[in-house]
Amino acid sequence: MKASIFITCICDSMYPQVGEAMVRVLEKLGVTLDFPPEQTCCGQPALSSGYWEYARPVAETMLTAFKNSQYVVAPAGSCITAVKEYYPILFEKDPEKYRQAKELSAKLFEFSEFVVKILKKEDVGARFPHRVTYHSSCHARRFLNTDQYVRTLLTNVKEIDYVPLPHEEACCGFGGTFSVKLPEISEAMVDEKARNIMETKADVLVGVDLSCLMNIDGRLKKQKTNVRVMHVAELLDEGMRL
Amino acid sequence: MSERPTLHLRDRAVKALKDDQMRQAVRKAVDRLSANKDKAARELPNWEEWREQTKLIRQHTVNHLDYYLKLLTDNVKKAGGKVHFAPNAEAARKIIADLCKEYNAKKIIKSKSMVTEEIHLNTALEAVGMEVVESDLAEYILQLAGETPSHIIVPAIHKNRNQIAELFSKVAGKKVESDTPALTAFARKILRNKFISADVGITGCNFAVAETGSITLVTNEGNARLTTTLPRIVISVMGMERVVPTFEDLETVLSMLPRNATGQKLTSYVSVINGSRQPGDIDGCEKFHLVIVDNGRSRMLADEEYRQALNCIRCGACFNVCPVYRQIGGHAYGSVYGGPIGSVITPLLEDDIDFWGELPYASTLCAACTSVCPAKIPLQDLLFKLRHRRVSDGYGQVVEKFAFNMWKRFFKLPSTYKFAMKVASLGQKPLVNNGYITAKLPLLANWTNSRYMRAAADTTFRERWEKRKK
Repeated sequence: MKASIFITCICDSMYPQVGEAMVRVLEKLGVTLDFPPEQTCCGQPALSSGYWEYARPVAETMLTAFKNSQYVVAPAGSCITAVKEYYPILFEKDPEKYRQAKELSAKLFEFSEFVVKILKKEDVGARFPHRVTYHSSCHARRFLNTDQYVRTLLTNVKEIDYVPLPHEEACCGFGGTFSVKLPEISEAMVDEKARNIMETKADVLVGVDLSCLMNIDGRLKKQKTNVRVMHVAELLDEGMRL
Repeated sequence: MSERPTLHLRDRAVKALKDDQMRQAVRKAVDRLSANKDKAARELPNWEEWREQTKLIRQHTVNHLDYYLKLLTDNVKKAGGKVHFAPNAEAARKIIADLCKEYNAKKIIKSKSMVTEEIHLNTALEAVGMEVVESDLAEYILQLAGETPSHIIVPAIHKNRNQIAELFSKVAGKKVESDTPALTAFARKILRNKFISADVGITGCNFAVAETGSITLVTNEGNARLTTTLPRIVISVMGMERVVPTFEDLETVLSMLPRNATGQKLTSYVSVINGSRQPGDIDGCEKFHLVIVDNGRSRMLADEEYRQALNCIRCGACFNVCPVYRQIGGHAYGSVYGGPIGSVITPLLEDDIDFWGELPYASTLCAACTSVCPAKIPLQDLLFKLRHRRVSDGYGQVVEKFAFNMWKRFFKLPSTYKFAMKVASLGQKPLVNNGYITAKLPLLANWTNSRYMRAAADTTFRERWEKRKK
């Protein structure tokens, strides 16, 4: 099985170790990976702020980068949602780009979705003896409907002490530029999220979307808490090596 | 229409976020309402089919609104009622005030109606010397407090019982206890007399049924029934889109409205009024008037992109799941209609994408609203598109425009993207502490005031990948 990595700009620059963990897990599961170097960013910051004209040339890098890929895997539900939900709107008046966007959408998968749905692996043989809670990211949950795959993977991790997060479905307050345009509302939202996480007494918060995790982690660190924030690929990677 | 608040959205939000009492009351209420709604949804088999059916009914009606409004009008007339069409708020206020004057009315009793909030009816009637009393308990509370609804279904959601007891005590001139029986008993005593002495009853309209010319009103307090049976004259006010074709369609939307609003299978009272009393009728008002308010709806109807926002059945479910509403409550929106649906329809109804165009940004586009909407309105898509409309109409911020232009220049090519990432990684160095930027610097303060900023790694994934290949 061959697949291309869509790393996303946040993972590329801030969380390269998550990309590496994703690579290790997928390679162990027998996937041959490549990294199309033409990719940059999905364009979401400008896209969701209303600056579609600036988002378009950036989004086009995605269309060319993955033209020849059979499957594309990303560690971020939000960036995938940008492609699947918003590119058809962005390229509405350009039939060729619209077709390319649809083509990319069909082969683009969130990491946990790719593992369970495409690789048909529900148990990757990981062991993780820690208390873990899970933040269900808005885009993965409500647009991609890939929440189920994360749950499947986590359920099958041995020795995991999984504790549900109260209001797990509530947005963490990131929302891209929302977090800096209306920072006080964003703070109130991430504060409630952080309090709910602390209430679970979990050692680890896991998620599938690095932008949400970056936001939540930033709050937890500011509050000097010891909760470790991990992408599900990191958790599985670590668990497969234990 | 909505008076423009003096403060901008962010400042209104900051103010609201300081009101701990309000925030606590809102959180508690929306959690309860959402839990009840979820339970009701589980109890009704094929929930998704009910949503689809509701959407189809609303879509069909809105797409053929001219036909159904004509049918409704004809049937209201047949039932002895009179129909008035108000192109805007001012016209609606004048029609209603003139009717009240015509009937020599001095005292008006009202049941809950958002459209009369939209047209600011009460102040207009009071200005011509009439006494207007709200009979919905929550609306009565707000009237005493001099406030506006902060939720379309639970108008006084932001108030707790102690605050209500305080308001009632002022009216009573003695202490009214803050337990529910004491509060409702007090309001009932006051309002009973108001009902009996009212010359005109004014109602809203949950749904009008075109095939019969009926106006349907749902309440849990029975106040709409008293408003439409005790006064001689009844005036119902409806937003132009608040119509369904048949009673069969009404069954669907009336099954969805209370379930989505409060989790009830049915409200305690459902009143259906058909014009005025006809020979042989055992009850009914002497004169019935229906005022149909446009006030920007025709413009929305003509806009194919946003027309679907008229499919709303005003259940408030999107308010109850919205994480932004949860934190700031309804008043911070500054508009008559708050929450996600309010953020969509306010700029459209007001035809003002500059000032009211801020509202579509009061969302993280988390789509919680869309996931619950019983009419399946893609609210977050509409919020997303309204942002673009605001920017393309030239109301984006200069700084923001500049920033995105720079971003585009660097991010549209892998080479310049790599360069930008390198510059960021090197440039941030003096600020990085253990992998985070913590200092509250001017440009970063909006983030770092409340969160640490994750620093860029020394080497990007793509650099590591290239190295690995070699």
